[in-house]
Amino acid sequence: MSVGPEMSELVEEAIAPAGQTPRGIEGRSPWQLAWERLRHDKVAIASAVTIVLIVLMAICAPLVAKIVGHGPNTQYSFGTSDSGLPVGPSSKFLFGADELGRDVFVRVFYGARISLLAGVVASLLAVAAGVIIGLLAGYLGRIVDTVLSRFMDVVLSMPYLIFAIALVSVVGPSLSVSIAVIAFFSFAAVGRVVRGQVLSLSQREFVEAARSLGAGPIRIMFVDILPNVLAQVIVYATLLVPAAIVFEATLSFFGLGVTPPTATWGGMIAEAQNYYQVAWWMLVMPSVFLLLLTLAFNLLGDSVRDAFDPRYTRTTAK
Amino acid sequence: MLRFLVRRILLGAVVMWVVATAVFILYFVAPHNVALLLAGRGATEQRIQEVAERLGLNQPILTQYGHYLSRLLHGNLGFSYVNNESVLTIIKQDIPITFSVAIGGVIFWLLIGVGAGILAATRPRSIADRLVTFFALVFYSAPTFVIGEMLLLLFFYRLHLLGFNFFPGGGYEPFTHSVGGWAQHLILPWLTLALIEAATYARLTRASMLDVLGDDYIRTARSKGLSERRVIFRHALRSAATPIVTQTGVDFGALLGGVVVTETIFGLPGLGQQIVQSITRQDLPVIIGIVLLASAFIVAANIIVDALYAVLDPRVRLS
Repeated sequence: MSVGPEMSELVEEAIAPAGQTPRGIEGRSPWQLAWERLRHDKVAIASAVTIVLIVLMAICAPLVAKIVGHGPNTQYSFGTSDSGLPVGPSSKFLFGADELGRDVFVRVFYGARISLLAGVVASLLAVAAGVIIGLLAGYLGRIVDTVLSRFMDVVLSMPYLIFAIALVSVVGPSLSVSIAVIAFFSFAAVGRVVRGQVLSLSQREFVEAARSLGAGPIRIMFVDILPNVLAQVIVYATLLVPAAIVFEATLSFFGLGVTPPTATWGGMIAEAQNYYQVAWWMLVMPSVFLLLLTLAFNLLGDSVRDAFDPRYTRTTAK
Repeated sequence: MLRFLVRRILLGAVVMWVVATAVFILYFVAPHNVALLLAGRGATEQRIQEVAERLGLNQPILTQYGHYLSRLLHGNLGFSYVNNESVLTIIKQDIPITFSVAIGGVIFWLLIGVGAGILAATRPRSIADRLVTFFALVFYSAPTFVIGEMLLLLFFYRLHLLGFNFFPGGGYEPFTHSVGGWAQHLILPWLTLALIEAATYARLTRASMLDVLGDDYIRTARSKGLSERRVIFRHALRSAATPIVTQTGVDFGALLGGVVVTETIFGLPGLGQQIVQSITRQDLPVIIGIVLLASAFIVAANIIVDALYAVLDPRVRLS
């Protein structure tokens, strides 16, 4: 790593004089190499396909509701039996009905929206904040580093779930609050990794060169250093998404996520708690999709990490 | 070593102070009226004033903050708003349960995790390795509450239907009452906690062991004619354990979160269930007490882990 894209372009030009590219030998940037590896990684492809399918589920949720003819929050009298228990999977309710007679199938589709939205947005926020804070701490050093690093230490040593529950209970639950809380408790891990990288990168010659050419600190941080930590940040971001999805689901499970009756996977599982003995589908259906989504993101994250790691080759792993 | 410890303890104190202040800001400065809430629905203005007076809620914020910090420094966590019980008493009541859940969880997680990791690393690319890697990833991806509910569904309910009633569906039996009953009630919560964490450790141990097993000193140990068992457990595991120990320190935060979820699912009346209930009742002193205790626990655990580091790996010098 650490050979920036500009650098590799230079190498490329040196190898192949303008105009005549020799066949077979081609300068490839680390990004191209990683992409090549990723493209041939079956696990990565399968995970990406799973994620895309669940994204499609989220997008098509209203369409599915229309086709099935059941709204996500509509309570159907034929969804519960005469004794008031939810009815199981049938042609009327593909995944069964819940205790209020709502269609679990349709709700699972709508739940995908919240999980993906919270997971992706919270991760992006956390990564953005982590990168900026890591760059500032690592490059500016001194008092800025001390303050920011200690701040990250504090965030990392908080019992985050307990704190998050307490926080949401004061502010009041909503999707944006969940996202903010998740991002807040996730940025520090990214920030710490970026800071470490920046610390060593800022001692390198290309930074010195940039400085002697008169580049300001902002330019050096974001134009010269940032591209060199980007690979690691991307790996981290892919692994952050499933963690954020689990976090959101856990908040919803405690009734502190998105407010009912909006369907969320965590919320559906919480409702299933009292009914799993008579209606396993209420518990199993949202759980399976939640697990599938986090598993796909984790597998993809692992593959992305391997793809960027020049030492690693899947076929000859020790 | 001493300088290191002093520095870490000072840092720990700063962390505690920040946490205490954060909780204070959260509950005392946040725009919601505790007195109104506690006075009950339809309370008169006078009644609300009385409640605010009794709790010292109408003093200036900084005075309240000063009182709050000095009380904490004296180890006085105050009294529950709801039933006037001392917070310390409540914590003392609940802590054995939480401790029981956590300790068993940790033991299971290290045994399963490190064991599976070693198994996978010593037989790379075997069926055992693939199984461990696969299950580790599945459990690693699953939220705690999903695993807990699934265990309840399969081991409690399905087995119960089959007439096999070994696993209770929840509740707690004190250790002093019956050791067998205690363990029986806790086995599913332990597994819930352990499976998720064990997954991380299996992955970590496997990677770390594979790294170490390729080192020259392992080849030396083998060529000296040491038994494979000795090479793996005495030579390789010791240096492979460093990242595992670090991870353990990091995971105490996650462990506490897991305990909250597990206690809620299995109806164990420990600190986790207490804080969830206190939050719905807005019982601030109890919430503050438990949050501070949890943070103190994490801070202490991290210091111990960092010190252990040096003991385990002589190459690490603490400065």
